[in-house]
Order: sequence, then structure tokens, then C-alpha cells
Amino acid sequence: MSIQLAGVHKAFGPKKVLRGFTLTLREGETAAIVGPSGCGKSVLLKHLVGLLRPDAGTVFVDGRSVGDLRRRELVELRRKIGFVFQFAALFDSMTVAANVSMGLRRLPGWDRKRIAERVGECLGLVDLNGLGERLPAELSGGQRKRAGLARAIAASPKYLLYDEPTTGLDPVTTSVIDRLILRMRDELGVTALVVTHDMTSAFRVADRITFLHGGKARFTGTPAEVRTAGDDVLRGFVEGDPALYYGLQGGQDDGA
Amino acid sequence: MVLFPVTGPLSRPLAASGRSTLAALGSIGRASALFAGSVRALRDIGVWGPLLLPQMARVGVASVPIALFIAMFTGIVMSLQASYTLTGTIPLYFVGTMVGKTMILELGPVLTGLTLAGRVGANISAELGTMRVTEQVDALETLAYNPIAYLVVPRTLAGILMFPFVVLLAIAMGIMSGWLTALQLLDMSSPEFIKGLRLFFEPWDVWFAVIKAVSFGAVVTGIGCFCGLQTDQGAEGVGRSATRTVVISSMIILCLDAFWAAVLL
Repeated sequence: MSIQLAGVHKAFGPKKVLRGFTLTLREGETAAIVGPSGCGKSVLLKHLVGLLRPDAGTVFVDGRSVGDLRRRELVELRRKIGFVFQFAALFDSMTVAANVSMGLRRLPGWDRKRIAERVGECLGLVDLNGLGERLPAELSGGQRKRAGLARAIAASPKYLLYDEPTTGLDPVTTSVIDRLILRMRDELGVTALVVTHDMTSAFRVADRITFLHGGKARFTGTPAEVRTAGDDVLRGFVEGDPALYYGLQGGQDDGA
Repeated sequence: MVLFPVTGPLSRPLAASGRSTLAALGSIGRASALFAGSVRALRDIGVWGPLLLPQMARVGVASVPIALFIAMFTGIVMSLQASYTLTGTIPLYFVGTMVGKTMILELGPVLTGLTLAGRVGANISAELGTMRVTEQVDALETLAYNPIAYLVVPRTLAGILMFPFVVLLAIAMGIMSGWLTALQLLDMSSPEFIKGLRLFFEPWDVWFAVIKAVSFGAVVTGIGCFCGLQTDQGAEGVGRSATRTVVISSMIILCLDAFWAAVLL
């Protein structure tokens, strides 16, 4: 059993963000959802951990409808899911090590020694050895993202959700983060969902890519299938061609 | 579906008042939900327990200097104004009565409450608002924490427990400074001032001040948490939440002040 989104609708006031989005994640795969900024990718991720509830449709994780879970059941579900936030969302009054240990402190049977060992392991996995006592403000953008990843994997989740993991990073740091995403899949065996508008990154990390457009999954396929797709809108997005993407000849529309 | 379509010159003000009413009802509903959630979160003592002492230090101990500063000058002014008012046949030792009564019943709790609405309320609101817009509150949830137990309960309990402590210190400071002013500037003796101070003193007055301080503590910290967690739209939203906290807290403090006077005196 894995993650399934079935006909998910979500609106904020008059703005309809999702209009029947459907997707099933296979066990152990890394899937990417791509689409332009503001198309609802992050909204989608927040449905998976119960931070948002769909107006219609259902979100299933391990066969259970997330929207129907009670608070205690939701807490149990969240322990299976690691969430890497777009800007890391580190607790800025705590050290990096304290941030990474936050989820572990809630687990029964974890004493200080065991937590400290696990924090060290996680910081090692994301190449942040020796930076545990720093405050988030003392880290670079890439280091903050890695610290956020360390926090997300600390409780050994079954699923990892990445919200724009490479946004705002230089190409070299982007590549480092992409390799870490692949490393998490290979070494931890997690099922991962990455939302991004960075096509280079999506091609690098994803087994399957879904193109979110108009609130729906417009295209789903392997990276190779995405590259050769005949859909002009998808090609326009992948190639960064406004004329193809907006369906205009020789220019972009006013909303771009 | 529009049941009674309104057109013409009245439509805009009617629509605006309708929107305002709906927004106000929505806020009341969300505040009630936060209150109910806070009561439920009291069971999660493993989460809020370790955070209570640091919050008591932040909310209470750190507020003592500004509360004492304001109370000191209030006591001085009260003493001088009382002596200015009490002329003719009214004995001067009533200066002690006026300083004591007004500091205990009114100025100690209310001035401290209003000051802490700015210092504590705005601080909580800005902190939680920043956590909200930088997704730290969402991060807490994904790490299986109840944000109400982690953020709201320790701050609100700290306010409830520490505001009376700060208010009592402020009252003591106001009376002391009023007393010293009477000795130095009004040609009064200590026995005279103390005679006036004890004249209409009732122990119940102190309990009245404590009850007011507890309610002000709950209001300032609770509204700070509520406005902070409702924050959106980045830095501008954080500023708006802090301002809203101070304004709403101050208004409710003054309303509660009148309410307690009507109910308890």
C-alpha cells in the first residue's frame, strides 16, 4: 500500500487550485510533480500529511483516508512521513541538532543517548557532520535544506515529501541536493514525492514525472516519456517556451 | 444562492457590513476553537510541561523592570495629585488612602496589563506569526506535535501564573514610591501615610487585583497566540498581527476592568 490521491479538489475562496487531481505512488519509487509556481504543488503535498483537507476527493496513505483520521491516528500517520519544507522551516531558536531531534523526542522508548546517536547519523547522511551545534541562521541555504532533510529522515519515515527542495539554490548545490534525494531512496528505501518546477532536478531524481496543469494531472510518464511527449503545453513548460506553453504565437500572455 | 438581491445605492454598504459581520463571526469561531483546543491540549503535559518555566521567565520575570518603572512614576504622580486635591478640611493622611486604593484596585493591574499587552502580547504574536509564515508551525505538525500544546498552552499558562506576580510587585512599587514622595515632598510622616494607607484597606482588594491580573494574563497571551497563529502574507502580516494583538488586548482589558468592578465590588 502506498499513497493515492483520488479526484482531489481544493479551492481557497474563489480560486480553484486543484480540480480533480489523481495520482498513485508505487512503493519505493521517487515521483515528481512538476508545474509552474502557484499551480498547487505545495497544496497537494500538505494534503498528504493532513495539513489541508480536500474539498472533494480522497487522499489515501497506506489505504486510509487522511481526511477521515482522528487526531491521534493522524499523529501516527505523520510519524511515517518525513516532510522537507521549501525553505527548510527549521526552528530558528534551536540548534541544528535540536531541530533534528524534535521528532525523535516524541517517540516512546527513545532516551537522550539514543536520540543523540540518531541525530549524529542523520547529520552524517546529509553531510552536515560537526554542524549540529550551529543555529539555522548560521547555515547557508544549501545547508539549511540539508538540515531540513536530516530532520525529516530522523524518525526513519516510510515516505518522504520534498517541497521545492532545490528552489533558490545554485546549480552545484542543486546537484548535491538531488544526489541526496537519490541517496535517501537507495539507502533508506523510502517512497518519495518531490514537487518542483526545476525540470533538470525532476529529470535527475524522478522515476516518474506528473505534470500538474489546470489543477489536474495533465501528463504522467517516465522522464524519457516526458522528454518526447507531444503535448505542446508540457513541452512549453519543459523547454521554457512561453509561446508553446500559453498557446500563443510569438509572445506570452499578460498573466505570465 | 442570493435570497434577497439588493441593488442600488444601499448594496455596497450592506455588502460591506455583511462581510464584516461574517469576518467577525469567523474570528469568534476560530478563537473558540483555539480555546477548546487549548483545554484539550492541557492533557499533553509531556509537550508543554518542559516549556512552562522558560515561558514564565519570558512573560513574567522579564516584564518586571518595565512594570516597576511605570508603577514607580504612577505612585509619585498619585501622591502629588492626591495632596493637590486634598485641600481644606480633608486631612493629608488621605494621600496614603488614595495612593493605596488606586494602586491596588485600578492602576496597578490596569496599567501593568496595558503595558504587558504591548510587551508580551506583541512579542508572542510576532513570534508565532513568524513561525506561521515560515512554515515552522506546519513543521511542528508534521513532526507529530500539537502546535497548540507546544506553543499556546505554555504561553497562556505563563501569562495566567505570572501576571498576578508582576501586578503585585507593581502595586508594591507604586505604594512605596508614593510613600517616599509623601515623605520627601509633602511634609508627611511615615505614620501619617501608613494611617491613611490602612484606613480603608481590605484584604479583599488584593484578591480583586489578583483576579483582574489573572484575567488580563489570559487575555494578553491568548490573543497574542490567536493573532500570531492567524498570520498570513509575510512580514506585513506579522506586523499587522502584532498591532491587532495590542489593540484588541487593550480594549478587552478595559472592558474586563469595568466588568470586574461591576461584578466584584
